[in-house]
Amino acid sequence: MTTSPPETSQRPVPEPSPRQTPLATRVQRAAAERTARSIRGRRIRSRIVIGFMYLASFLAVLPLVLILFHLVREGMQSISPAFFSQLPAPPGDPGGGMANAIVGTLILISIAAIVGLPIGIGAGLYVAENRGTRLASTVRFLADVLNGLPSIVIGIFAWQVLVRPIGNFSALAGGIALGVMMVPLVTRSTEEMIRLVPNSLREAALALGYSEARTSLSIVLRTALPGIVTGALVAVSRIAGETAPLLFTALGNQFWSVALDQPIAALPLQIYYYATSPYEEQRALAWAGALVLIGIVLIISLGARMATRNRFGLGSGD
Amino acid sequence: MSEPLHPAPGIDIPLPPANDSGLSPRGRSPGDRLYRGATLAAALAIPLLIVLVAIEVFVGGWPALREFGVSFLTSSEWDPANGVYGAAPAIFGTLVSSALALLLATPLALGVAIFLAEFAPSWLRQPVAFLVDLLAAIPSVVYGFWGIVFLIPILRESVMPFLGETLGLASTPFFSGPAYGRSMLAAGVILAIMILPYISAVSREVLMAVPRSQREAALALGATRWEMIRDAVVPYAKSGLFGGIILGLGRALGETMAVTMVIGNRAEISASLFAPGYTMASVIANEFTEATDDLHLSALMAIGAVLLIITIIVNAIARWLVWRVSRERSA
Repeated sequence: MTTSPPETSQRPVPEPSPRQTPLATRVQRAAAERTARSIRGRRIRSRIVIGFMYLASFLAVLPLVLILFHLVREGMQSISPAFFSQLPAPPGDPGGGMANAIVGTLILISIAAIVGLPIGIGAGLYVAENRGTRLASTVRFLADVLNGLPSIVIGIFAWQVLVRPIGNFSALAGGIALGVMMVPLVTRSTEEMIRLVPNSLREAALALGYSEARTSLSIVLRTALPGIVTGALVAVSRIAGETAPLLFTALGNQFWSVALDQPIAALPLQIYYYATSPYEEQRALAWAGALVLIGIVLIISLGARMATRNRFGLGSGD
Repeated sequence: MSEPLHPAPGIDIPLPPANDSGLSPRGRSPGDRLYRGATLAAALAIPLLIVLVAIEVFVGGWPALREFGVSFLTSSEWDPANGVYGAAPAIFGTLVSSALALLLATPLALGVAIFLAEFAPSWLRQPVAFLVDLLAAIPSVVYGFWGIVFLIPILRESVMPFLGETLGLASTPFFSGPAYGRSMLAAGVILAIMILPYISAVSREVLMAVPRSQREAALALGATRWEMIRDAVVPYAKSGLFGGIILGLGRALGETMAVTMVIGNRAEISASLFAPGYTMASVIANEFTEATDDLHLSALMAIGAVLLIITIIVNAIARWLVWRVSRERSA
């Protein structure tokens, strides 16, 4: 295939808009330069660059494969029924488990969902239904900003509001910190799902005399419900492994506690403490904990993925 | 492609406002008013939360900021025992580790994104996209643990000697000194792995938002596939790609646990990537529960305030850049 610059290259191409790049001019100028070089060289260069893309994809996937491989190999060695049923053993003693941390994580996730879901879904409904208004765009943008705040800063916030005045660390403070992190994730996924509901459905309901609230809740929200559930699950899987906001809110607990006003154990915290521990037994348990935590996270996010067959993207967690 | 199922974030499909009062001749019922009030309240909770977080963190950090003034940001003396707090080493560590992470992750992430959006055979596209996305689902603390046990020994025994001795870079200040395992380099590598999926996900969506006609025009003019990407696709998507990278930067700046576990936590400024360092987030994570006097706590919250400002600015820039591309597409 021989390439020669088209005849039209002499004629300046009118620019569609000042912001849009004048593609034709640029490509034509580049093409004129190129004819000087051999086509074969250009093809080879193209192959090389595409080869680099393959390499980049391989290198990007490699850490994941390594992490999962190490995790399964190390975790399987130290996982046992006791891990799920026993409390942490005293330092240096073999055995023990993370039963309290598993339950603690489930409690923290539940508190987070109770806080985060209503606000997130409500805000998502508002943003989707008032599209184009200044307030809706602002809220949408701020949801992204909130999503970008470092989790440790959310932890400081929860400590200032819920730990310092009360005087002790608590499960409630940890769960609320996680709930705050959930809000923007749920808002954005709910909004995207509601936007996919055909407007004709809404119009049909309104034409039949449904009130606005009933249209939104029993037609629009219902139609979008599977997607919203998926978004909520993805959000849960994102916060389930969060450690930083729990460090000085939930604090962790070596003993059995399900009281909401007391420090509570959490799987990520327990992994952190054991991973940095000098005791071999505790580091082994940390692997088991990491495997269980990843298992929980992956099962939730895989379940969410299956539910909507969402093939691209990070779900809502962009 | 599941395009209708998963529109790229920020891409607006215009929808007529639903509150068209012409549709409800009876006016708003109490139920409607309750519903609107409830969703409005939920929506307003988001700005409120941001304002509350900012106020609380600043109020908490104010005593330290007042006590030390500008020297809080410029002094590199962080000495809780004597009540002297200068956050420069932590700010330096955050900026250097994040910059290093961007340097390592950007080429790979853009490579993956271009690969997935342009070249990948369809049987490979989904599995690779899925695996890269899974990287974002791994908890930070697991990255940190993996970093301690597997990454750091590799860095200490293979990568650092290779960089220092085999390549002869040890004479430069950046790769000098003893090869500690826990180091700025380890933090940069872990962060790079962690932010890669974020950069590549945004980049992929931005690339897929480039109109087909743009590609076809370039190919029709005789461009090779790579020339098509370089001359037609990338320039069109440039600001969005840049936004994705900045978004990754925002993630890296605020990342806490994994960095805390591998960076070595030493409050010193060193040019060498082999030396341990400290970041803003890891200072807070390490010392917050141990801080006993109010000034120490306040200094930690002041660091949180600085981190908050930096990440808000970085994220706002990133969102604006991504939004520009998606607006062009929907226009």
